[in-house]
Amino acid sequence: MGVTLTRSVQWTASGHGTRTLEATPLHDGILEEIILFVDSFLYEHPREAKFVFEEPLRWKTSLEPSAFGAGYVISEKAVQSEEVDENGEPLLFLSGPHMKIRSFGQLSRLLRIAKDTRLKETRACLEANRDPVVKILGLDYNTTKGEDSSALSILGKRSKDNDSEPECPMTIARLLRQLDVHLLSHSLRHVSLETPLNPSAIKSDIELLRRHAGNGEHTVLESIDYTSDYEFSNGCRAPPWRQVYGEICYVLVKPHDVATLCITCSAEGVFLNGGKTDDEREINYERKSKIYKDLVTLLREKSPKFSENMATQENKSNEEQQKDKFQPDGAPNKEQGAARAAPEKSTLEKSQINFSRSAAKRLQPSLNWRKAPDSKDRRSSVKDTLEEKHVSKLDKPRPSLSTVKAHRKSADKIEEIMSESSSESEEDEEPPDHRQEANADLPSEYWQIQKLVKYLKGGNQTATVIALCSMRDFSLAQETCQLAIRDVGGLEVLINLLDTDEVKCKIGSLKILKEISHNPQIRRNIVDLGGLPIMVNILDSSNKNLKCLAAETIANVAKFRRARQAVRKHGGITKLVALLDCGQISVEPPQPSLYETRDVEVARCGAQALWSCSKSYSNKEAIRKAGGIPLLARLMKTSHEDMLIPVVGTLQECASEENYRAAIRAERIIENLVKNLNSENEQLQEHCAMAIYQCAEDEETRDLVRLHGGLKPLASLLTKTDNKMRLAAVTGAIWKCSISKENVTKFREYKAIETLVGLLTDQPEEVLVNVVGALGECCQEHENRVLVRKCGGIQPLVNLLVGINQALLVNVTKAVGACAVEPESMMIIDRLDGVRLLWSLLKNPHPDVKASAAWALCPCIENAKDAGEMVRSFVGGLELVVNLLKSENKEVLASVCAAITNIAKDQENLAVITDHGVVPLLSKLANTNNDKLRRHLAEAISRCCMWGRNRVAFGEHKAVAPLVRYLKSEDTSVHRATAQALYQLSEDADNCITMHENGAVKEGTEWFFFFAEKRR
Amino acid sequence: MNRKKLQKLTDTLTKNCKHFNTYEVNCLVNLFYTLVGDVAERPGVVVGLDRNAFRNILHMTFGMTDDMIMDRVFRGFDKDNDGCINVAEWINGLSVFLRGSLEEKMKYCFEVFDLNGDGFISKEEMFHMLKNSLLKQPSEEDPDEGIKDLVEITLKKMDYDHDGKLSFTDYEEAVREEILLLEAFGPCLPDPKRQMEFETQVFKDTHEFNYGI
Repeated sequence: MGVTLTRSVQWTASGHGTRTLEATPLHDGILEEIILFVDSFLYEHPREAKFVFEEPLRWKTSLEPSAFGAGYVISEKAVQSEEVDENGEPLLFLSGPHMKIRSFGQLSRLLRIAKDTRLKETRACLEANRDPVVKILGLDYNTTKGEDSSALSILGKRSKDNDSEPECPMTIARLLRQLDVHLLSHSLRHVSLETPLNPSAIKSDIELLRRHAGNGEHTVLESIDYTSDYEFSNGCRAPPWRQVYGEICYVLVKPHDVATLCITCSAEGVFLNGGKTDDEREINYERKSKIYKDLVTLLREKSPKFSENMATQENKSNEEQQKDKFQPDGAPNKEQGAARAAPEKSTLEKSQINFSRSAAKRLQPSLNWRKAPDSKDRRSSVKDTLEEKHVSKLDKPRPSLSTVKAHRKSADKIEEIMSESSSESEEDEEPPDHRQEANADLPSEYWQIQKLVKYLKGGNQTATVIALCSMRDFSLAQETCQLAIRDVGGLEVLINLLDTDEVKCKIGSLKILKEISHNPQIRRNIVDLGGLPIMVNILDSSNKNLKCLAAETIANVAKFRRARQAVRKHGGITKLVALLDCGQISVEPPQPSLYETRDVEVARCGAQALWSCSKSYSNKEAIRKAGGIPLLARLMKTSHEDMLIPVVGTLQECASEENYRAAIRAERIIENLVKNLNSENEQLQEHCAMAIYQCAEDEETRDLVRLHGGLKPLASLLTKTDNKMRLAAVTGAIWKCSISKENVTKFREYKAIETLVGLLTDQPEEVLVNVVGALGECCQEHENRVLVRKCGGIQPLVNLLVGINQALLVNVTKAVGACAVEPESMMIIDRLDGVRLLWSLLKNPHPDVKASAAWALCPCIENAKDAGEMVRSFVGGLELVVNLLKSENKEVLASVCAAITNIAKDQENLAVITDHGVVPLLSKLANTNNDKLRRHLAEAISRCCMWGRNRVAFGEHKAVAPLVRYLKSEDTSVHRATAQALYQLSEDADNCITMHENGAVKEGTEWFFFFAEKRR
Repeated sequence: MNRKKLQKLTDTLTKNCKHFNTYEVNCLVNLFYTLVGDVAERPGVVVGLDRNAFRNILHMTFGMTDDMIMDRVFRGFDKDNDGCINVAEWINGLSVFLRGSLEEKMKYCFEVFDLNGDGFISKEEMFHMLKNSLLKQPSEEDPDEGIKDLVEITLKKMDYDHDGKLSFTDYEEAVREEILLLEAFGPCLPDPKRQMEFETQVFKDTHEFNYGI
């Protein structure tokens, strides 16, 4: 029910008041279904019907107290149910028009009482309770999550604190989910009836008619023409602000027998509009006729001659084929009109929400790795529409539009791919589609903006300033306005203004550019129009306000690679770095002019711009060369959060480079990062943690974090799980810090490990990767392994082995492997079938995952009870392992050799892998310089010698000579393993000769003799 | 004029002026007398800059071009309305003109724009001031249409009490919201570059004094 209510149902937006549910057949259908569900609830689930809601459902009812009968205590104004909860509170309470209900039983009864007005009551109830599931089951049950885990988690949660009726909420959750699915499929059935027209269908239709138009008697029409020659990339010819209504194009049709018809073709169908107005430029877009399913139908209706001639043409035309493309005449036209009006409003509201989201994003250019779940959904549905345009979508209120958008989107995507290199494509990714929502504006704004741009073009300074100020009164955050400015040529003018000497015009222009450059398309346009070099020049201006605005605009524009490159090429980085120095100039410039701002502000804007720019490698380098690091370090000492966020953001971005990390250490920035972890500002905390995460790759930094007392704030931030982005950053910092043993000890002291285990469930992947990584590091110590086991950490870890996220899998396998070192933990892993899961990860396409899984298998096999039997139980498992020896990746090879060493401890398994040809494969690897591989290879060879004639076989496959050379290695562990292998091989006489020939005895280290002694 | 008298004059003027120090006042007084020329001071004859001379300064030194605005600036300086700017008016006027606080400048600009001095900037006054602000579009039937529209736009932006004209309160509120609207109806303050040039020229030795902010 939650999903249906949030996604599928269209709410009208009437200002700030309560929003209402539109009266459409779709909604009525959904309401009927809900009523049916509630009505039968009392009988079908009597036990659940008694369950008391977390919060009452409240709404204004139209029922009179007199309507209630037995089972209710009725006074003059109020009604209470006799049914009460444990505290004696009535489950139904009505006072005046206010209704409060707290159980399904009462809801059921109420519907009975309401009889004829039940639809109205249900509607009122849902309108007043936009998220009923939360009210019924409490916040634990997050309806939008829509994952099975939520149901499980609620079970766990509830059963702990409510012993008396543990399954009740679970059952209800399940029932509600079923209802939800049912409602969705119901609405899907409904929506799928309304397949929209699309541009290509209309185009071919018009082409067809055009071919049969002309002057002769036998033609169907005299002429048919588009009103506009320009075709947008999505196939539409309507201006963008009309496309948002689903309109595709306008045609002027001159039939033989009636006057010229001006027809609008829109996704809903075709209709007559108000015709062209006198000045021949504008079309009166208002609908003047009913909506027809296609052009031919409309023309048949309007022109008898057309329908007559059409009949004769019919056999020639392929109309049948055309018709298939068109919708079967959907819902009655009146309703279509209503349905069309409704979403316009709701999208307006949505776009506002969207704006606030994007406004919040302004300060954080790099959050692309966390996406709102719904945006993912939206994107996938866009993909769907691309694939099958004619099938309508599940939760699209306006299928017509999305088709149009899908076209545009794909065009944009192509541009994206062409202009960006893949290395940075991730950060260039823009929030999916503002277009889809921010388009519900009135066309009047378009004309107003056009007028203002005209004044900008043709006005002197005074008129320009007035026009600029007036333009700022438009909601520049909305895409309609942004695109309108662009489409009427406003961007060129705004950028030209920057090139003048008029300070006020420049300020006004930048203020607008700053706002509209939040739009990804506008950014590209600004770059294409050469706006960046001009803005970079303005950074030199003596006017601080101008500098600030230019820097802020650059910060917005430099969100993609080409822009960042342009900034750098025009010397912008140096100038931006110079801005950071502003706060330090001791002499105030002589004339504090009226249009000025403070120095700190200049530095802040500079940092903001650098933050955006710092996402390109070359820019990081340029910032460093321009001497940015000491300046950033100095700014780190301030206490303004506004300043610190971009500064830390820049540092965090740059800390991916080794020389930055060194500089960060040298400039004593870590100290300030740690200090700001204690800030009140969540975003600042997040970026500080992120910076620590990046820097803590180096051991010295890890120590510094500890010495400055950074571990405690990190551990305490771990308990605040509401802000997922911060949590991801914090867990990341903890992960990297816990690579140092001393830090792990501290973390244990701060009880961080227990908290980490608690974070293993119900967290987004970004968090999980880091949490598991941290646990993997912690579990290198015995004490912590015990701790993790005691906290019940092994089960969730093993559960994570089934994921698909590569980074997560690498960390999980490592953590599980670390736990497996403990025999007791190993028992749990074995019981949970963790070994099988690990084994199957050997099939993972990513070499890192394969290697990590193979490493993890080693302690598992070593510590499992009856390991041989366990290994044999994996069908095809041994063959899989042996075949991995064909890998190209050294790490995979080393790990697999290690695994084989462990597998081969069991004679039977050794026999099996021998059959699978382990000997030649190992021998082939022998010629390697990689010490890690050498060591594990030598160990594997020495193990495998224990079977049959493998010793001889290694000799035959020329493994011996290379092995002897291993003795020259500097690594003692290689020596040891090699000596052991040679000792095993030397049981075969031929091998001894080979060894001797290759100078094993000469190289012969004490190890060799040690084993030789032992043998004797 | 003898030195003693000049000294005395400078002192009085400095006392009444908050944005210039003694040195600056001294420089400006000197400049004033250079501009006026060596006119012997006679009782009954006002010594000062007449309209034309002043407009010339505004045009040459501060790059102003709009005749009407320049006239209005002259009126703004000429407090006693005698058609001539005397030395006190010169110093006080420049004090606001060059160094005025936002409040002072708002007051000054409003006076400049309030052509008839009735305390309101009416639509007609706006029209008058803006009438040359747009390029004439040959295509348009009514050449004034754009101006009228611009007036409406301005009014929409600045007329907070919706009475169809701008009171000082309206103007003040609009300017505080958007500083760019300070000179909404025409440039009546020096542009920063010219101002800088003027000041460096007049107060040649810039290091000897502190600029008060």
